[in-house]
Amino acid sequence: MLTKRIIPCLDVNAGRVVKGVRYVDHVDAGDPVEVAQHYDAQEADEIIFLDITASSDERRILLDVVTRTAETVFMPLTVGGGVRSLDDVRDLLNAGADKVSIMTAAVENPDLVAEAAIRIGSANLVVAIDARRVDGDAAEPRFEVYTHGGRRPTGIDAVEWAGKMAEAGAGEILLTSMDRDGTKSGYDLELLRATAARVSIPVIASGGGGSAADLAAALSEGPEGGHAQAALAASIFHFGEVSVGEVKRDLLSRGIAVRPPSPEAAGALIS
Amino acid sequence: MATPPTIAIVDYGAGNLRSVARALERSQLRPQVTSTPREVVAADGVVLPGVGAFRDAILRLEKAGLDDALREVLGRGRPYLGLCLGLQVLFDESDEHGQTAGLGVLAGRVERFPDTDSAGARLRVPQIGWNEVHFEGDHPMLAGLPERDHFYFVHSYRAVPSDPSCVVGTANHGGDFTAAVATEGLFAVQFHPEKSQAAGRRLLDAFRDWVEARR
Repeated sequence: MLTKRIIPCLDVNAGRVVKGVRYVDHVDAGDPVEVAQHYDAQEADEIIFLDITASSDERRILLDVVTRTAETVFMPLTVGGGVRSLDDVRDLLNAGADKVSIMTAAVENPDLVAEAAIRIGSANLVVAIDARRVDGDAAEPRFEVYTHGGRRPTGIDAVEWAGKMAEAGAGEILLTSMDRDGTKSGYDLELLRATAARVSIPVIASGGGGSAADLAAALSEGPEGGHAQAALAASIFHFGEVSVGEVKRDLLSRGIAVRPPSPEAAGALIS
Repeated sequence: MATPPTIAIVDYGAGNLRSVARALERSQLRPQVTSTPREVVAADGVVLPGVGAFRDAILRLEKAGLDDALREVLGRGRPYLGLCLGLQVLFDESDEHGQTAGLGVLAGRVERFPDTDSAGARLRVPQIGWNEVHFEGDHPMLAGLPERDHFYFVHSYRAVPSDPSCVVGTANHGGDFTAAVATEGLFAVQFHPEKSQAAGRRLLDAFRDWVEARR
């Protein structure tokens, strides 16, 4: 059966990893290619580069990073951040990305996703959603879509938006809880569950993962679980607190079906 | 040491082929990305990669005269490895974006995954991620492979062969589906060995051994 994925995410600015990544040995913690190789050796199921570069000059640097990564690691690579047009999607796929993630541009131009799905195919197309809880007295929690790196509210209901994007041809939803992002207090399971119920495509959980128990909760299909097909995590791996293999062994012991780490998988990376 | 075998990677505009080329090099093969039918026919082995839409792929292959080159390669029993869409195009017909005829090398159809699994629960499509493939059969490539291994899949459609005797690998997504097919001179997989880390390398090493043996 299809296993659940564990996906380390790297924030990349002008071709360098920006959030602190602390490793031993020969890893250049600022070089996305080296960090990707490191996660490849740990048998991460996929890796995501999130480009936070603003200027178009620096886009070329990103494309070069994607090319070099695709030539050295033999694992799936998803790239997102600043993807504005069909040409941007094509450029990234041609550079070697396996999937491309669209966020703000999808909100500003809802036809982009439908067009990209026809031209490129749904399976390689991820729609990223940054969602924030809306204060209110309603029994059911509500969530709003934010764009521009979580700064700009849109008034759009996040769960409905996920449904709309799935119908337009998105192959996957990358769903980040802005409330939980960076807190390491666990994923927003209500947000995940509501979205997973609304769409028939895979959902990647993001925002708040601080431990193997958090990942297990997001991936669980139980009534209290997040029902997500994949979990994105940054800080728990980057700071060498734990390796992907260790998290997977923990998840397996909790009954979450992940791809078991092989005996060859690089184990520790402690700083 | 003998020169490594040349492998023609058929380039018909279906995306980035560098990861496939690099993965073949890692398995001591000499990849040659080409869209020239003559070079495809002359190589020691052929890899047909592919992401994207079925109809597009067929149209591009036909336009470049590569469909006939592939039939010739298959007719001569020169080792052929199909990846993802490179498996699907071998069949008679696909449902993707309306009916489209394939190369018709294998009998059967390419159909979308159903909306629900065998128990009636919702099935998430596309299938994206790592699934365990169970290999079974007597194709020479299988001699070098474990009986079960996890590979990376990303697809909404899968082949439904009319003659199950060509199926050498199955996996489960809402029910068993065809993950690998083979005949004497052909091996094709629905997954991406070039993205499947150590398991992918094992598969491409087995391809190299097969090509060497038939050279």
